[in-house]
Amino acid sequence: MAISEPVVVPQSGAADRLARTWAQPRGFWGWFQNVHHTAIGVRFMVTSFIFFLLGGVLAAMMRWQLVRPEHNAIGPDLYNQLFTVHGSTMIFLFAVPMMFQGFGVYVVPHMCGTRNIAFPRLNAFSYYIYVVGALLLWVGLFLKTGADAGWFAYVPLSGPEFTPGKRSDFWAQMITFTEVSALGVAICITTTILRYRAPGMTLNRMPILLWEKLVTSIMVIFAMPSVMVVSSMLLMDRTINTQFFNPSVGGDVLLYQHLFWFFGHPEVYIIFLPATAIVSTVVAVFARRHIFGYVPIVTSVVATGFLGFSVWVHHMFATGLPQMSASFFTAASLMIVIPTAVQFYCWMATIWHGRLQLKLPMLWIFGFFFVFLIGGLSGVMLASVPLDWQVHDTFFVVAHFHYVLIGGALFPMFGGMYFWIPKITGRMMNDRLGKIHFWLFFVGFNLTFFTMHFLGLHGMPRRVYTYTPEMRWGALNLLATIGVVFMTAGILVFIANFFQSKATGRFAGPNPWGAGSLEWATPSPPPHYNFLELPTVNGREALWEAEPNQPIVGGVREDIPEVLVTNTLDSEPEYRDELPGPSIWPFLTAIAVSIAFIWSIFSPWGIAYGAIPVVITLIGWLWPRGHSPSPRVPEPALEARWIR
Amino acid sequence: MDPIRERPVLDVSGLPTVMFGKANTTWLANLLYMMIEGTMFALVVASYFYLRTRSSSWPPGNLPPTLGWGITSGAIFLISLVPARYAQRVAPSGDRSKIRWGLLALAGVAVIAMVVRGFELANLNCRWNENAYASTVWALLGLHTGHLITEFIETVVILCVSFTDKMEGTRLADVAINSDYWYFVVVTAILSDFVIYGTTRFL
Repeated sequence: MAISEPVVVPQSGAADRLARTWAQPRGFWGWFQNVHHTAIGVRFMVTSFIFFLLGGVLAAMMRWQLVRPEHNAIGPDLYNQLFTVHGSTMIFLFAVPMMFQGFGVYVVPHMCGTRNIAFPRLNAFSYYIYVVGALLLWVGLFLKTGADAGWFAYVPLSGPEFTPGKRSDFWAQMITFTEVSALGVAICITTTILRYRAPGMTLNRMPILLWEKLVTSIMVIFAMPSVMVVSSMLLMDRTINTQFFNPSVGGDVLLYQHLFWFFGHPEVYIIFLPATAIVSTVVAVFARRHIFGYVPIVTSVVATGFLGFSVWVHHMFATGLPQMSASFFTAASLMIVIPTAVQFYCWMATIWHGRLQLKLPMLWIFGFFFVFLIGGLSGVMLASVPLDWQVHDTFFVVAHFHYVLIGGALFPMFGGMYFWIPKITGRMMNDRLGKIHFWLFFVGFNLTFFTMHFLGLHGMPRRVYTYTPEMRWGALNLLATIGVVFMTAGILVFIANFFQSKATGRFAGPNPWGAGSLEWATPSPPPHYNFLELPTVNGREALWEAEPNQPIVGGVREDIPEVLVTNTLDSEPEYRDELPGPSIWPFLTAIAVSIAFIWSIFSPWGIAYGAIPVVITLIGWLWPRGHSPSPRVPEPALEARWIR
Repeated sequence: MDPIRERPVLDVSGLPTVMFGKANTTWLANLLYMMIEGTMFALVVASYFYLRTRSSSWPPGNLPPTLGWGITSGAIFLISLVPARYAQRVAPSGDRSKIRWGLLALAGVAVIAMVVRGFELANLNCRWNENAYASTVWALLGLHTGHLITEFIETVVILCVSFTDKMEGTRLADVAINSDYWYFVVVTAILSDFVIYGTTRFL
């Protein structure tokens, strides 16, 4: 199999024209007007990584409190806020914004072979609204109004009776902000994947990463409304005295759990599928062959998307479900192992039949195989009701979901970072530092979380701020805390590596890994127009299968930000669409929406009055202005023509 | 020689720049948006029926909402399909006068629908804070009222655009897509009415 060079061929004058057309404003106010997917994608990644670090600091504080029995470093009230804000941060402010929004927004348009994401202003709006939601949770923590009812904020604990004040309200509105953000990006990514693919990239040739992003986006669209509905119900119970969860007047606390986990379990796959997308991509590149079992992998991804919505009740086994329900959801929970196992076998077969290059991104993928497998196996154990009852709310569960989430998201994320940072910054990361990072983190992680399995089996409950010496949990807790030191050191090495690479790293060139997908046909870092010549595609690995004279797309205007829209199934050219340019209005709209949301925590009239600036800014955003490139009435459609 | 001349080129310069219907990317985004909002409606309705299993009587101690306003509201939404469909049908022609009349009629019906909605809310025979049933009924109708107001504002903004020379090209497609969204508002109105008025009486 020949690996071709990028298909881009320089053309005098075109690059300058495209650079002018696609230029994004600079300077302080320019920053708020930028709507290009590369900028917004990087912002999602950087911001969510900062929140990952902050969430990590909270975790380290909790480990410090638990380092020995009857330690008095942190009181119970602050400890409650720490574990709540830690969990909420890692799920809502880090994992989804990084794995789904960050990687998706940056990589998807490149991989499709287009010049920007669909609805770039909605995409930019989604970033700002996410930042405000994130700040809301953290400002609350610093003002001693940190959410303290756990990351899923169960009623009645989080309700008006047991959590007076504003703590749960801040949490509930943070949910609204972050979910609006994820939903906005889901619309952008779905449309980009379905309609902006390069000619020739039929559904059957779509890179697996795009399949996984598509399925994840659809999952976001059906799952996120559930948590928005339930957090709004909680907020209304707390602010305008609705009675959704008040059993004395017909409400029901389990309704909260059902609605939360109808979102919560798909959420696991919303985090995990983008991770498997990275794995499938990286494995094929470093095994130097096409992925083994393209169709089974795609089928598994789609199956996971469906099955992910049928297992939510396994989070509620301890609520006294009828036996029939428990059996059904046990079976469903065991069944969802099958598509993940199929993917695992396909990755193994790809490596087995390939010529493995154990470079840095691949090292992290091996870490993922090891860690996630353990998390998956403890998941199979927890899917069985009798065992679940025994270890419910213990550190065994904490160990399980950290193996699943850190194994299933963080390890592939670092693999993806080492893989794509050369594309983003144009510089290679240091290999030696990367390996030190891996081993420090791998050892530290297992030290911290493997011990938690035993702590859980010995009965140590989660979310309790201390324990007595008689419980004999001290040694294992000390070991778990030592693991945090290793992990922290690993992360610090990664940060140092990043800045060193940015300053003095070796230039990456367009395709340092010899990869096959279209993002590697762009320069590193890519210009704002992404592709000088829009590509066409011959096979599943576009660059590997490109002919020496692979056709390019001509006739897309270069004087306005225009993209080619193709049809969903066959990616046949359908029409040319002008994308909106830079604008301050998405930022202003995000501010107006934020005012309305935050106001509503303090007064229900906040939504009513706050809606006025929202409407004004939305009109500012959508009001047509500037030139009118499109004709007065649509002209008859012509076929795209081949010129040879 | 410039190497680009040697490459085969797929020339797309003859393709249109505006598409109506499902070929339009905004149509797809609109569909996805309806999927999101439709899921929200479905979840509130599911909550309504879930809570119903937790009460021995339904409505629990309240009179059912006054049927007359529900029927009036449903009828107005059905009538509104006429201007919505008219605006959608004339949009591709680019005839601004017809588009204006279509949008004006649609906005007018939306105003009537909002007024009737006010009477509906006043005649639900319960306050949102009385019990879980009342909370869910208000949530469902409130969710729909939010959509009604949003769609009214959107229609008015597009109507304003139609009085400028910007009403061309993609804006014409927006008129058609606006009608699609109105159909969604009508369908959810009928379903909400059925849940609120029908299930308290007939199921």
